[in-house]
Amino acid sequence: MPLVDMQKIVKIYASGDVEVRALDAIDLTVHAGEFVAVIGPSGSGKSTLMNILGCLDRPTSGTYRLDGVDVSEMSANQRAEIRNSRLGFVYQNFNLLSRTTALENVELPLIYGQAPLSSRQRRELAREIIHRVGLDGREKHTPAQLSGGQQQRVAIARALITDPPVILADEPTGNLDTRTSREVMEIFERLNDEGKTVIIITHEHDIAAYAKRVVAFRDGKIVQDAPITERRRAQAVQP
Amino acid sequence: MTGLQRVVSILRIGMRAILRHKLRSFLTVLGIVIGVGCVITMVAIATGASKAIQSSINSLGSNFIMIFPGAVTQSGARIFTGQSSLTEDDAAAIKAECPSVAYVSAGARTSAQVVAGEENWGTQIQGADVDWPFIRAWNMAEGAFFTEGDVKSAAKVAVLGRTVADALFPQGGSLGQTIRIKNVPFRVVGVLEAKGGSQMGQDQDDVIIAPYTTLLKRLESHSHRLGVILVGAADPSLVPQAMGEIEALLRQRRRLQPGQDNDFMMRSQEEISSIASQSINTFSTLLGSVAAISLLVGGIGIMNIMLVSVTERTREIGIRMAVGAKGRDVLSQFLIEAVVLSLVGGGIGIGAGLLASRIIADSAGWPVEVTPGSIAMAFGTAALIGIFFGFYPARKASKLDPIEALRYE
Repeated sequence: MPLVDMQKIVKIYASGDVEVRALDAIDLTVHAGEFVAVIGPSGSGKSTLMNILGCLDRPTSGTYRLDGVDVSEMSANQRAEIRNSRLGFVYQNFNLLSRTTALENVELPLIYGQAPLSSRQRRELAREIIHRVGLDGREKHTPAQLSGGQQQRVAIARALITDPPVILADEPTGNLDTRTSREVMEIFERLNDEGKTVIIITHEHDIAAYAKRVVAFRDGKIVQDAPITERRRAQAVQP
Repeated sequence: MTGLQRVVSILRIGMRAILRHKLRSFLTVLGIVIGVGCVITMVAIATGASKAIQSSINSLGSNFIMIFPGAVTQSGARIFTGQSSLTEDDAAAIKAECPSVAYVSAGARTSAQVVAGEENWGTQIQGADVDWPFIRAWNMAEGAFFTEGDVKSAAKVAVLGRTVADALFPQGGSLGQTIRIKNVPFRVVGVLEAKGGSQMGQDQDDVIIAPYTTLLKRLESHSHRLGVILVGAADPSLVPQAMGEIEALLRQRRRLQPGQDNDFMMRSQEEISSIASQSINTFSTLLGSVAAISLLVGGIGIMNIMLVSVTERTREIGIRMAVGAKGRDVLSQFLIEAVVLSLVGGGIGIGAGLLASRIIADSAGWPVEVTPGSIAMAFGTAALIGIFFGFYPARKASKLDPIEALRYE
């Protein structure tokens, strides 16, 4: 059974009298353990796909099964639970709470989770995850005191804390320099090696090259869906 | 997380948001502070005053009626002649002819510097009849009240209030001693029990009681006009009836025609107290309206700041929703913040109210009493205001679309 199973997903935005078909009958399946890059120019519908994949938005029509559960008809509260337990988010602009320590940022999803954890257990778990993304010693730093790369690691740690099967990343390296981008992508690579399913949205081909499969979007449609061979990856990563 | 943990962590988030903007938070709650402070002060004054009035009613005797000389109408002009319209015969007639009246004491008053040996003391001298202790419900501490014989013979005897006794005879032993009032020697025959202050803050024990006859003949210039007649009704419930009987009798004695005004005035103890409580009520009403307006303004202030806060923190709300916060989580977060804000305001307001009550008690001499009930009420009101005025902004926050909120700059 695929982890992500999208059938005939349509999303129409009505702006004034004009209807915009942001997604035009998309079929997309992602199996557990895959590392998928979704690429396409801006306006191609990839951000809309991300919002629907991430259960932030609902499709106009079509069905979306996440881990076997149909989430396309769920209420806002049900989708909040799915976001909390089944999905981890990483954004281009990090989206960390300002004036809040790294540790507390990482803990945040646990506050809204169903698991009965004491505050000490939450803290322990957050420390462990922060260690995994290599930020030991920065637990008490606020985002303003961290570099972009470090902030993105905090965001990745936050995405990991509820141990969701899927990690969604929307242009995760968009605000980072080349070297930091590589470090962040290596974290995603490692997570994928450890068994996490990773879906990345990007418009940069060298970032997409870290993935094992590339889905190309144009005008709300999938125009290409192909695996990346080891050779092509190596070429793209080391220019 | 369990419900309690959730509440605790939401409370912590709320406290942090408030502490982040200390000055803004303080200004926000100022209206609540003033409102709650007014409520506490108002209730303290009203409670203290009504207790004082109650106790002074009890101490004066609740069947107590005072008759004063009033304005007389002469040639159509309503004037106060200065010549009292009350006489000893009026007092005697009331005692003889009004069935609801148990005690009557003709009275007059003057004030003088009183000398005893080396000591002297300025005080008020009240002339009275032998019924006086029964009307005022006032017992003797030492000695005895003067007798009917003393009144008939205008004897130079005096009964001292506790304050006067202590002032003139610091060593004690005033009984049998001689005091001089306006150079007339008086023999001290008794000392009254201490009674304390009245509801107007006067010391009731600062008084000397002498036979009214003595006062009129020896201290005033042989007058037969009385300053006052004190009457004790046979029972507190008979006070209105006694007043009716007295009015009819006095009108008849003066041959007043229907339509002509009384040339005397009557006040019962209840009426005297109600005059005192009226001024306190006026003050309380004023404070109460200030309180209501402040609480309303304070509530609007909280709503305003919460709306600003929701807008400022749109992105934060988006982040929280993206990681799984439900509408009700966001709603309760902002609602709790509003309630915490207003409770902090309420707490400061209670402190301010206690302080204001103390200052009013000390400076105006009004009795005040802060009750636990008023503190609980103030706190409850503050919490309700937080919920009421915090609900709309909180609901607005909870209805945000996470995608839009995340995009908000």
